[in-house]
Amino acid sequence: MNSVINKNNFVQSLLKILPSQCVLHEAEDLAPYECDGLSVYRATPMAVVLPDNIEQIKTVLTLCHTENIPVVARGAGTGLSGGALPLDNGILLSLARFNQILDIDTENRTARVQPGVRNLAISEAASTHGLYYAPDPSSQIACSIGGNVAENSGGVHCLKYGLTVHNIIKLQIITMQGEELTLGGDTLDSPGYDLLALMTGSEGLLGIITEITVKLLPKPAAARVMMASFNDVATAGQAVSEVIASGIVPAGLELMDNAAIRAADDFVQAGYPRDAAAILLCEVDGNEHEVADELEQAKAVLKASGAVEISIAGDEQERLKFWAGRKAAFPAVGRLAPDYYCMDGTIPRHQIATVLTRIHELSDEYGLDVVNVFHAGDGNLHPLILYDANIDGELERTEELGGRILEVCVELGGSITGEHGVGMEKINQMCVQYNSNELTQFHAIKYAFDPDGLLNPGKAIPTLHRCAEFGAMHVHHGQLPHPHIERF
Amino acid sequence: MTSAADISTTLADQVKTAFSCRQPLRINAGNSKAFYGNTIEGDVLNVNAHRGIIEYQPSELVITARSGTPLNEIETALAENNQMLAFEPPLHTEHATFGGAIATGLSGPRRAFTGAARDFVLGTTVINGKGEILSFGGQVMKNVAGYDVSRLMAGAQGTLGVLLDISVKVLPLAEKEITLVFEFDQQTAHDQLRQWILQGHAVSASCFTNNILSVRLSSTESSVNHSISELGGEITDNNIWIQLRHQTHPFFTDNTRLWRLSVPPATEPVLQDHNQLIEWGGALRWIAGEDAIYEQAAALNGHATRYALHTNSDSDPFQPLGPTMLKLHRQLKQAFDPELILNRGRTYSSL
Repeated sequence: MNSVINKNNFVQSLLKILPSQCVLHEAEDLAPYECDGLSVYRATPMAVVLPDNIEQIKTVLTLCHTENIPVVARGAGTGLSGGALPLDNGILLSLARFNQILDIDTENRTARVQPGVRNLAISEAASTHGLYYAPDPSSQIACSIGGNVAENSGGVHCLKYGLTVHNIIKLQIITMQGEELTLGGDTLDSPGYDLLALMTGSEGLLGIITEITVKLLPKPAAARVMMASFNDVATAGQAVSEVIASGIVPAGLELMDNAAIRAADDFVQAGYPRDAAAILLCEVDGNEHEVADELEQAKAVLKASGAVEISIAGDEQERLKFWAGRKAAFPAVGRLAPDYYCMDGTIPRHQIATVLTRIHELSDEYGLDVVNVFHAGDGNLHPLILYDANIDGELERTEELGGRILEVCVELGGSITGEHGVGMEKINQMCVQYNSNELTQFHAIKYAFDPDGLLNPGKAIPTLHRCAEFGAMHVHHGQLPHPHIERF
Repeated sequence: MTSAADISTTLADQVKTAFSCRQPLRINAGNSKAFYGNTIEGDVLNVNAHRGIIEYQPSELVITARSGTPLNEIETALAENNQMLAFEPPLHTEHATFGGAIATGLSGPRRAFTGAARDFVLGTTVINGKGEILSFGGQVMKNVAGYDVSRLMAGAQGTLGVLLDISVKVLPLAEKEITLVFEFDQQTAHDQLRQWILQGHAVSASCFTNNILSVRLSSTESSVNHSISELGGEITDNNIWIQLRHQTHPFFTDNTRLWRLSVPPATEPVLQDHNQLIEWGGALRWIAGEDAIYEQAAALNGHATRYALHTNSDSDPFQPLGPTMLKLHRQLKQAFDPELILNRGRTYSSL
C-alpha cells in the first residue's frame, strides 16, 4: 500500500516538473518497457520518463537524487543482458527522443550524435562523404549509439577496427547529482584520467550519456570474403589461429558449426556446404591491392590448415549472400526450437577447439542442444542454447548450462562477456571472474561517481553478499573468498 | 640484464606498510620519463626487478609481461615474430620499461592511424593504494565484465595503482614500409594527406616541419608500390620515425623548451610565429617556446602540456582541469588510493 502511495506521489512530482507527454505511468503505457532484449527478466518501473532536452534530464536526475529514487537509462532496449531492465521502485529514463545527428565533421572525420541515434543511421548519414562508423553489432539496424557506449558493443569487425571504446572520442554526460561533464575531447588524447574509457561499458552505472562524438573511417575501397569448409570443428578452430599467426588481420573471421550452417542455409539459402562440420567466413578489406594480396595469403593459410573446400565470393552479390547466412544465424536458429538463449563469452583463440568440446559435453549433460556461431577472430563465442520455455524447469536448466559455459570460458583464460555486458544476466558469474577485493574496488569507483548508488543499482557489479549466496566464487590461492561474510 | 622475477608480493607488502603509516611512495622503474609530470616526494617503490615476459603466443596477438620488463626485451621478442607494439611507445632509453610506457600512456608516430597505448591495453594486475593485488580485464580481445580499469591505468602515471602485469594487443608488422617526402606549405600538406587517407593509401605516420611533409606507408608490397606510383614524392629511409618516436629528431634536440599541443586534426595553422613540428595528421603539434599556451589550446578545443624534455618541471605541466572534473578526479583517486600515497601530485598537485 505504502509503495502505491509513494509511486503516486512521485509520479505527481514528475508531472510538476515535466510536460505530461514526457511521463508514462499508466500500466498499459509501461508494459512495453518491462524488459530489454533479454525478455526472460521483466519488471515494471514506477514511471517511464522520456525527456526532450538536457535540462529535463537534469531536472529529473536532481529530483530522483533528492527523493532517493533509482534511475535506469534505456536506449533502444535491444541489450541482451538485462542492463535496461527497470526497477519497480525506480524510473526508466528513455533517451529515445535524443535521436538527432548533430554534426558530421568531414574534415576531422567525426560525427556528433545524440544517444538515441541508431548505430546504422550514423553510417548511413556519413555514407555520402565516403565515411562510416566501424562498430557493427548485429542489432545495428535498431540499437542506439548510447546503448553501444554503455555496453562497449562490438560486432563482426572488431578484430581489425576495435570496439566502441576505440571508435568514440568524446562523451557528454550528466552525473546523478545533475552535473554536466565532458569526457575525452575532439583531440586524440585528453588531460587527466581516461574517463572516456571508464565510462564506455559501464552499463549506465556511472552517468547518463547525453552526447557522443564518434570517429568515422573512410569506407574501404574493396572487401572480399571467402568461405572455408572443414571436416571437424577443432581443425577450423586451429585454422583461426593460423590465419592470425600468418600476419593477416582479417576484417571479419566468423565460425559456424554444422547445426548453425544448416539452420542458416534452410533460412536464407546462403549456399553453405550443408555437410561441413564447420565453416569459416574470412573477410579482408582495404584498398584493392591489399585485398588482393591478403586474400591470396589467407587462402593459402586456410588450405594448409586443413580446409577441404574454399570458395571466394566472386562479386558483391555473392559476398552479401555469404554474409546473409551468418547475419541470419540467430533468427534461423530460432526456427529450430521454441526458444533459444544466446550466450556471450570470450576465450583466447587457441582454446577454441577445447571450448567447443567442453560445450558439447555440457550440452549432452543437460540434454539441451547448443548451436555455435561466433566471432572466431576475437575468440568471442555466442553459443545458442535451444530450449522450450513451456516445459517446466527448462529455462532454469538453460540458464544453469549457460552459466557453466561462462565458467569454462573463465577457466580457459577468458571472460564471461565479450560484448553483451553483465547486466542482470551474468551478475552471478561476476563472482567467478572477480574476487571480493576486485569487486570492492569496482564499488569504490561507482561511489566516486554516484555515492548514493542510484544509477542502475543491482546491475553489472554484484554485491559481496550476492556472491556469498551464489556460492561459486573465485578462489584465490586456496583461500575461501569473502571469509567475513555469513553463508546461507 | 637482470633475469625474470615476480616480486608482486614484496611490492604489495611495501604498499601495505606505506598505507598503514600514510607514507607517500614514488613509483620508479627505468626513470626514463621523469620529466613528464611533477617532481614528487616519497619513498621510492622500485618495480625495476619485477620483470619478464609472462606469456606470449604470436597467434593470440597478445603479450603479457611484468611492468619492470625493459621495452627493448619486449620489442625484440615481438620482432622475432614479425609483430610490434603498434602504439610505438616513445622515449625509450635502454632503461625504459613496459610499465612506464603504459603508466605514461604516451604513443608514437603511428598513434593517429593505429591507436594509442590505451587502445591496446587488454588487462592489468595492479596494487591499489591499500596494498591489495587486483586483476582487471584479461588476455582476450573483448571483455566487458566490470569497469574498464585497465585502460584507466594507461596514462594515470601510477596515481591509481602500481602496475604489476600488463597484457596488450600486438599487431603484425607490415610486409613493406617506406617513407615519402614532399615539399608543401602547411595547408597543402594537410589537404594532400587528408585526401590520400580518404583514397585508402595505407598511411601509418605523418610529419610536417619546415615545409617538408614526410609520410610513412605500411601495407602489403603491391599496395605500397601502388601508392608510390600514385603519390609521387621522394622515397627516403624510415629513420625519421625512429627519431620522432624517441624524440632524438633535431627539432627535439634543438628546442629545449617545448609545448605539446593536442588539437582536432583539421585545426588551421596556429601559433605561426613559433617553430613547430606537426605529427598525427595534424592532431599533435609540437610548439617551441617558453610561455604557457593553455588558453590558446582551450580556444582550439584542445589541450597543452609543458614538455620540458631535458629538465624537471616544478609545477603542474598539464592543462588545468575544470572544478567539476577535478573533483571527480579526486574522488576517483580516493577510490583507488584512500590515503593518497601513490605518486601523489605526479600529474596534478592535488591528486
